[in-house]
Amino acid sequence: VVQATSRPDETIVGARPEPGAPPDAAGLGRLRAGGFIAPSLLLILAFLVAPAAWTIYLGVTDFRLTGLAAANPQIVGLDNYLAALGDERFHNSLLLTLQFVFGSAVLGQAGLGFAIAWSLRDQRGPLRRMVEAFVLLAWILPSSVVAFLWYALLDRDGGTLNVLLDTPGMAWLLDYPMLSIIIFNTWRGTAFSMMLYGAALGNVPPSHLETARLAGASTWQQLRDVVFPRIRGHVLTNLLLISLWTFNDFAPFLITAGGPEQRSEILPVYVYKVALTGGQLGFGAAISFVMLLINLVIALAYLRMLGRRKERV
Amino acid sequence: VSGTSVVETRERKASTVSARSAASVTVRAVLARIGRYTFLSAVLGFFALPLLWLATAPFDSQPTLTASIPEFTLDNFRTLLDNPYALPSLLNSIYLAAGAAILVVSFAALAAYALSRVRVPGRDALLYGLLLLSSIVTGTATMVPLFELAFRLNLIDSRLGVILVLSGGLLPAAIFILKDFMDTTPTSYEESARVFGASPLQIVRHIVVPVVRPGLATVTVWTVANVWGNFLVPFLLFRLPDKQPAAVIVYTLYTEGGQANLALLSTFSLLYSLPVVVMFIFVSSRYGFRFHGGIKR
Repeated sequence: VVQATSRPDETIVGARPEPGAPPDAAGLGRLRAGGFIAPSLLLILAFLVAPAAWTIYLGVTDFRLTGLAAANPQIVGLDNYLAALGDERFHNSLLLTLQFVFGSAVLGQAGLGFAIAWSLRDQRGPLRRMVEAFVLLAWILPSSVVAFLWYALLDRDGGTLNVLLDTPGMAWLLDYPMLSIIIFNTWRGTAFSMMLYGAALGNVPPSHLETARLAGASTWQQLRDVVFPRIRGHVLTNLLLISLWTFNDFAPFLITAGGPEQRSEILPVYVYKVALTGGQLGFGAAISFVMLLINLVIALAYLRMLGRRKERV
Repeated sequence: VSGTSVVETRERKASTVSARSAASVTVRAVLARIGRYTFLSAVLGFFALPLLWLATAPFDSQPTLTASIPEFTLDNFRTLLDNPYALPSLLNSIYLAAGAAILVVSFAALAAYALSRVRVPGRDALLYGLLLLSSIVTGTATMVPLFELAFRLNLIDSRLGVILVLSGGLLPAAIFILKDFMDTTPTSYEESARVFGASPLQIVRHIVVPVVRPGLATVTVWTVANVWGNFLVPFLLFRLPDKQPAAVIVYTLYTEGGQANLALLSTFSLLYSLPVVVMFIFVSSRYGFRFHGGIKR
């Protein structure tokens, strides 16, 4: 029986035998293998594929949370997308999202993460452990807790920052909402870049750096000519991943809720407010679909890179 | 005689030049070191500053928004008992995390095993597609249909609904991690078990599971950490406060009802954060911190 179920695997047209791995060691057979995969696949279909597909459908309807259009939604074609194109608030949100991703992910997390990894590269002992522990702590604590910690830190009346800087009454979250959430997200996510670059710098032979230093290369020259060519793959991977995460980050909602006056209303917050607070589910779904497309572009770029790196190895 | 003096002066010249350059190198090294320590201290300050409040306020008899040296007391922890939502919400978080962990680990282990051992047609395309899907279909980008879906399936205010939604999002990456672990384990034990007549499920339970235990532990910890901290999905799908997990209750505590009760908020935040920190310390001391790129969402 076992043989009968395992033999067809070997005769699949185009199936390449993997070097070293015997086909179907446990005698599962394709049918049972399918049974093993089915539960996962069902859940993924129901809660990942279906919502994505439904986003496309909802996006072309005038669906609302309440009222007439809730009971009997009409297909409105591309009206939602055209409305978004002409919507001042959507333009504003898109621009703020760009600032958020570029400021907090590309400049903030990747820049600071690399700087920390570079300064710690030949550092041992308590200082290194302390720095790493605090950077990691910012990353692993629950988002609603860290959101309140920043809310308290930046508070106008009793915030620790105003006490430290001796600027009583400075309303950081009202006067500089974008800057506040950009610095918050830099603080929140630098750990990932720090660890990734830390691992990447381990691949740069110290002797090469030593040679460059003896030849009189400045730190900048060492980074440009010795370090960067060796970690280019890591840099790109890191940038794509943190951009994707930052683009989909909902935590700023917990600090500024998009305010004041939509001045920190990045796309996730915008969709939430339009669709779930404002009830315009159709319009919100259209914006969500635009977000899905942007995610797709970033993820495809990332996966292409991964594939290319595997080929090289 | 004149020949040796020429050599001597040359040597002397060379040595003063090298001494001067050595001095400039050490000056540069000292400056670099000072720069590096200044930078690292600034980094330490930047990352520690927001956390100070969480360390001081819970133990301060008069907690304010300012982090300050506390007048030590443990009385604040009593407020946890007085609030009707605080401790039950932690229990809700445990339900959600445990439910999702059981679902994700068992489903992902089965799928990863099958995908690792049997060449199902289109396997690579499937894995590629799943990875792509899980990275683009985030809760944020699909909050509208998720809400709709839960509404239609009558899963609003249902723990099962939240567990299913979260598990669906975590499964692809979990399958990926576990498949990696299973690919590196030898198949010879399975082959000999098969020779002695063990059924596939028996092989999975008695041979594969013990061998890939570190992988299962990794996925469990990763799932629990993700669900424990997730705000958006329970925020969308729970309307009743007595069903909401701690992530949502913390937010409610400082946004609703005027002046926030800081004694309650600080102690509750600390209690809610503690499990993740403990888990993290446990994992990194036991297994060493394994770096899995692309895992955190």
